[in-house]
Amino acid sequence: MAQTLYDKLWEAHLVEQREDGTALIYIDRHLLHEVTSPQAFEGLTLAGRPLWRRNANLAVPDHNVSTLKAERDGGLAALPDPISRIQLQTLDDNCDAFDVAQIHLDDLRQGIVHVIGPEQGAVLPGMTVVCGDSHTSTHGAAGALAHGIGTSEVEHVLATQCLIQKKMKNFKVEVSGQLAAGVTAKDIALAVIREIGTAGGTGYAIEFCGSAIRDLSMEGRMTLCNMAIEAGARCGLVAVDDVTLNYFKDKPLAPKGEQWQLAEMWWRTLHSDEKAVFDRSISLDGSAIAPHVTWGTSPEMVTSIDGHVPRLSDMPDETARLGLKRALEYMGLEEGMAIGDIRPDAIFIGSCTNSRIEDLRAAAAVLKGRRVSENIRKAMVVPGSGLVKAQAEAEGLDKIFIEAGMEWREPGCSMCLAMNADRLLPGERCASTSNRNFEGRQGGGGRTHLVSPAMAAAAAVAGRFVPVEKALSETAGVSS
Amino acid sequence: MRPFTRHQGLVVPMDRANIDTDLIVPKQFLKSIRRSGFGPNLFDELRYLDEGVPDADNSHRPLNPDFPLNFPRYQGASILLARENFGCGSSREHAAWAMEDFGFRSVIAPSFADIFRSNAFKNGILPIELAASQVQTLFQKVQEEEGFSLDINLEDCTVRLPAGEIWSFEVDAFRRDCLLQGLDDIGLTLESATAISAFEEQHQARFPWLFEDIRL
Repeated sequence: MAQTLYDKLWEAHLVEQREDGTALIYIDRHLLHEVTSPQAFEGLTLAGRPLWRRNANLAVPDHNVSTLKAERDGGLAALPDPISRIQLQTLDDNCDAFDVAQIHLDDLRQGIVHVIGPEQGAVLPGMTVVCGDSHTSTHGAAGALAHGIGTSEVEHVLATQCLIQKKMKNFKVEVSGQLAAGVTAKDIALAVIREIGTAGGTGYAIEFCGSAIRDLSMEGRMTLCNMAIEAGARCGLVAVDDVTLNYFKDKPLAPKGEQWQLAEMWWRTLHSDEKAVFDRSISLDGSAIAPHVTWGTSPEMVTSIDGHVPRLSDMPDETARLGLKRALEYMGLEEGMAIGDIRPDAIFIGSCTNSRIEDLRAAAAVLKGRRVSENIRKAMVVPGSGLVKAQAEAEGLDKIFIEAGMEWREPGCSMCLAMNADRLLPGERCASTSNRNFEGRQGGGGRTHLVSPAMAAAAAVAGRFVPVEKALSETAGVSS
Repeated sequence: MRPFTRHQGLVVPMDRANIDTDLIVPKQFLKSIRRSGFGPNLFDELRYLDEGVPDADNSHRPLNPDFPLNFPRYQGASILLARENFGCGSSREHAAWAMEDFGFRSVIAPSFADIFRSNAFKNGILPIELAASQVQTLFQKVQEEEGFSLDINLEDCTVRLPAGEIWSFEVDAFRRDCLLQGLDDIGLTLESATAISAFEEQHQARFPWLFEDIRL
């Protein structure tokens, strides 16, 4: 029978199918970080349970790390916040006690867990991947079945190497045509969420396909799958192709020689069969997608750059009106306002959504020879990993950012979730390349507008949301 | 895990859709390495008028008088009523821990986000999905009748309204069993250890590169 990509990955990892509809799924790779793992290790210790397979696990600190070089250079002892220090120390202690491989904070390869996973080849096509973080959906870009899980499930996987799951339904999102210049994977993700809503993918694994997806780099596919969870889907997927194989070819943990040949044979089968049946399908014309900007407090509160904030009278019912009213109040916006009239105070380029080299290149291309607008009070670029940072520096991107008036930070999750000191002040408005515009997400009272890296850079130089080409023509560029 | 068989409790309404886990427990409290003690910081940004700080005494903080959890009539509530897509966003189980620690035993909404639903079940909290129209009825009744409570019975999967009306709900059979008996699902899965080992052996034979040393 014709199978979807999800069906194939599910079948290849099915340990046990139970009569009640649940199944045990074998987990190939488990990524861990400091925030959602301590209670899981504690649970194992209390129950006296060992790890099922030590070698399946890789840990890295990212969520709660400082992104200031001075604080990083001093090691854990130099961290000013004692509670954070304990959390980071606990990851070290647990990895030592359970003999789990860890990329330490002072390692050049440290970074956001969803950036370093593929970068090291710790995540590969065809794998099942879990992590105690909802953005684990990122790894579906590799043609891997990747679930974000809670801490009880982290403990469950550590102890059993399995996840208890019910098979999800299949959802095909086809994006045809070719993206216009300045339109990116981030805009596709926001356009899809605009179409199906933040709960549209609940209970589904979403497979992104079509020519606009095939044309995306691995980085772009990661951005897209990363945001599947913002559409409600625990897993996003993209079929394996040459782009995938070329990306993984030389990764440190990728198979070599004969092993690669063997792996490639399996990986080449990782696509939905032509006649595969999906429970739900939508298609979008990629050439019609414009750059997107969120205006509200949920990723589905989004429109294109030439759009407007909706009016209360547009809402279908009282709950929706109430929701819109609350969002406008929180965001400090007027109904019907043009997106182009919104002026951010802060710029954040980073996060597991958009902190890879391609993202930094896109932002730097706009910022080159330009200055961040005077009304921007804070602007930072936080590379996704030490290797991304090193690559960006080798290309001179750090200089472009610094000369434009932006801060060039050390890798980590930073102001995407604002667990560390990188956060918005109450009322501050941020053009952010992250994934969530929830109330308080980037700091209590902070206001987030989600955009692509190029759009964040355009907002930085123009001082308001504008299309990239407009930012370039409006601002005096010193070409070099 | 505390078993859930039957629960009668006061209902508190939160009339909004897409209540995300950042709202349920803000990030600064995720620095804790403990599993307990999150209750006082449940809905911290909505519940208090000042900014919450981890490991601080919350008993003297100024309460937001407009937030339902602070209304005198809802004190002691153990059932939360909300709109669509409850628990969306971050996978933080701290959200379920905070709800459990606060004293919630159930959340009723038209729909739930997948990861929160799973986290809730694992912490003795029953997420109940009812039709949007039923949820709307409950919002009206909670508003009208002070002390409005519900009687939830997981054995026969019903919710009983004070006037005697009985609504049934659907729940995943496996999750229901675990909750009824307060079962530790790691223990349950380890009963399949032989099957897991057998699978692992053939998996390794088929995909040997997955079992290479991960040390970088």
